[in-house]
Amino acid sequence: MTAIETKNLTKKYKNITAVDGLNLSIAEGELFALLGVNGAGKSTAIKMLSCLTKPTSGQAVLLGDSIIDAPLAVKQKINVSPQETAVAPNLSVRENLELIYGIYGHEKKAAKEKANDMIEAFGMGEIAENRAKTLSGGWQRRLSIAMALISEPSILFLDEPTLGLDVIARRELWKFISKLKGKITIILTTHYLEEAEALADRIGIMSKGKLKALGTAKELIEQSKTSNFEDAFLFFADKEALL
Amino acid sequence: MRTRAFALRTYREIIRDKINLAFGLGFPVVLFLLLSMIQSNIPVSLFEIDRLAPGIAVFGLSFISLFSGILIAKDRSSSFMLRLFTSPLTAKNFILGYTIPLLPMAIAQISVCFIVALFLGLAPTLSILVTVAVLLPAALVFIALGLLCGSIFNDKQVGAVCGALLTNLSAWLSGTWFDVNLVGGAFRSIANALPFIHAVNVGRAALAGDYAAVFPELWWVIAYAIGLTVLAIAVFTRKMNSDSSGN
Repeated sequence: MTAIETKNLTKKYKNITAVDGLNLSIAEGELFALLGVNGAGKSTAIKMLSCLTKPTSGQAVLLGDSIIDAPLAVKQKINVSPQETAVAPNLSVRENLELIYGIYGHEKKAAKEKANDMIEAFGMGEIAENRAKTLSGGWQRRLSIAMALISEPSILFLDEPTLGLDVIARRELWKFISKLKGKITIILTTHYLEEAEALADRIGIMSKGKLKALGTAKELIEQSKTSNFEDAFLFFADKEALL
Repeated sequence: MRTRAFALRTYREIIRDKINLAFGLGFPVVLFLLLSMIQSNIPVSLFEIDRLAPGIAVFGLSFISLFSGILIAKDRSSSFMLRLFTSPLTAKNFILGYTIPLLPMAIAQISVCFIVALFLGLAPTLSILVTVAVLLPAALVFIALGLLCGSIFNDKQVGAVCGALLTNLSAWLSGTWFDVNLVGGAFRSIANALPFIHAVNVGRAALAGDYAAVFPELWWVIAYAIGLTVLAIAVFTRKMNSDSSGN
């Protein structure tokens, strides 16, 4: 079944077209990476898909619900881990998790139980009662992703999930994201090409608001007639850079 | 459920900001003690405890605007808010979630003033409870002002607008520190057009047991509470849409 279907999804800001006629179909359980240089339009595309901003034209349907006609129904099915660590600083790890489960419409008792499950799953037992603002960057990022998963979303948007993490923390997070593959649909944006290559089932490369290429890492290398993924990315993302 | 979860978070954020909390509760109490000392040395009818207590209670409420304004402004500029905007929380959930925890805090703020007043010689009568009740619309005025400022300004600007301007305006134009009739002219007209002096007069009338004198003044406060709340909701909702889209 299709998790995300976009048809000519377009966003214009005055005379700038941030996303230009995006047509995309992402299957349920797929881990899809959206790549592009800064200003390529991937963040705007994610903002539209997560109902943060309305498209100028076109349509996107997430698991049967339109982002234009039924944004609340879409919001109930998705969750987002924003680029910057998005936690409530004065709340403890446990309270942050309970808050998110609560705002997705669950009872207090259920929120407590679910928070316990997430604390265990993410190995956060020792820091469960610590305020979020006292945690290291790695732990904050881990909490941020746990907060995105606690609502049991069918579609998860991970915006630069490993940005600023050290190699060990990044690899740990990769392992965790890998475990989610097939269970939920994940849309990943990242600037780390090796991250997309290692994790994604398919990769979309955007440039100047348009989707320039789509396929597995291997297919993109073949399509670009290059020898590695970085060259393939540069070929599609910014052909001028290679000239 | 959603509102309750968000309101609990608002409550925790405010209650855990110890510096703001201590300043908000402590500053009006210090002023209260200071003015009472002046009164004991140089008797001024304006600073008699039954006239001073409602004025300090209303002045103390301006710190509620400061708390709520800073919290909302900080939230608006954070990634955490971006996360909340992608959740099923509606504008109604947000507004109630910010407002509901502030009401008991406002009641606590007013109550602290009257508890201090009791220690300073205020007669313990039932009128005190009535006064706390009739000051609730004034609390709504300040909560709405906080929501409004937090929706428009960033946290530093809120500090200036609510922390300096509003606290001073609510003090000078309330008739607590001096009788505005002594200044007269435009100053008196402006003071009478704003809700602060009416809120203090409501408190003074209720505390004196002169309930007949409460209502003409209370209508002013209620009208401001409704008007500012509607305006705050409209501005907050508009800003919520523009902030989330990043435009």
